[in-house]
Amino acid sequence: MSSSRRSRSRQSGVPRITDDQLAHLVSKLQHLIPELRRSRSDKVAASKVLQETCDYIRSLRREVDDLSDRLSELLASTDMDSEQAAIMRSLLM
Amino acid sequence: MNKYNPPRMNPSSLRSRFATRFLRSLSEINAQKPTASSSSPTEIFRRYRRIKVAADKSMAYSVRSRRTWSRAMLWKLRTRPCGRRSVKTSTIVRKTRHEKQNKNTTTATTTGEDGVVSGVEADELRELVPGGEAMDLYNLLDETAHYIKCLTTQVQVMKKIADFYSP
Repeated sequence: MSSSRRSRSRQSGVPRITDDQLAHLVSKLQHLIPELRRSRSDKVAASKVLQETCDYIRSLRREVDDLSDRLSELLASTDMDSEQAAIMRSLLM
Repeated sequence: MNKYNPPRMNPSSLRSRFATRFLRSLSEINAQKPTASSSSPTEIFRRYRRIKVAADKSMAYSVRSRRTWSRAMLWKLRTRPCGRRSVKTSTIVRKTRHEKQNKNTTTATTTGEDGVVSGVEADELRELVPGGEAMDLYNLLDETAHYIKCLTTQVQVMKKIADFYSP
């Protein structure tokens, strides 16, 4: 799978990823990550993109955690059914 | 110049599928609360766990089996025992992790345009994306992009709901 060691590759069942494909996917990720979007540069090292991606995923999951926590406390004093339609409308707008 | 292509999946339809399912789960969780102790720390913690699972479940079911990561997450959710112990379940699911200790044999090292992608970062990413252990680098990056989009949708919807119910 290593493009720099083509002649020695013995993994016949594994598709080889080209530099272009890799660069495209890394660039796609780069655009999804706020930290890297801000840098405005196209030349972010792939390893840095992956590192930032890991950090970003972890921070998103922490946010989901915190929001679950917040919701669990909010639900303590709420009756949900009657307001659901209103929420849905505001969510989908 | 690398032009970023807009996502194939319409974010608002994923958002509405997720929101519908999640709201339904929330009202079910809400209906189950024992009125006497609904504000006790234990109850709140239990609700927190259920809400967390509901958030992941709603997202996985909204994506269904279209993605490797969602299939992996659905499998994990279906095989977890009802109730607590979600930590132990994820340990069972990741029993293959010890096989990944040999980073040199299982992880590819590829040289991209922007530099070397080391196996270490890819492995770290594999642990974060559901089902990542079995993905090759190309699929891993592709799945990660979609997973991130879904996570951000999840966060956006949950935020809106929380803001709605905040005093």
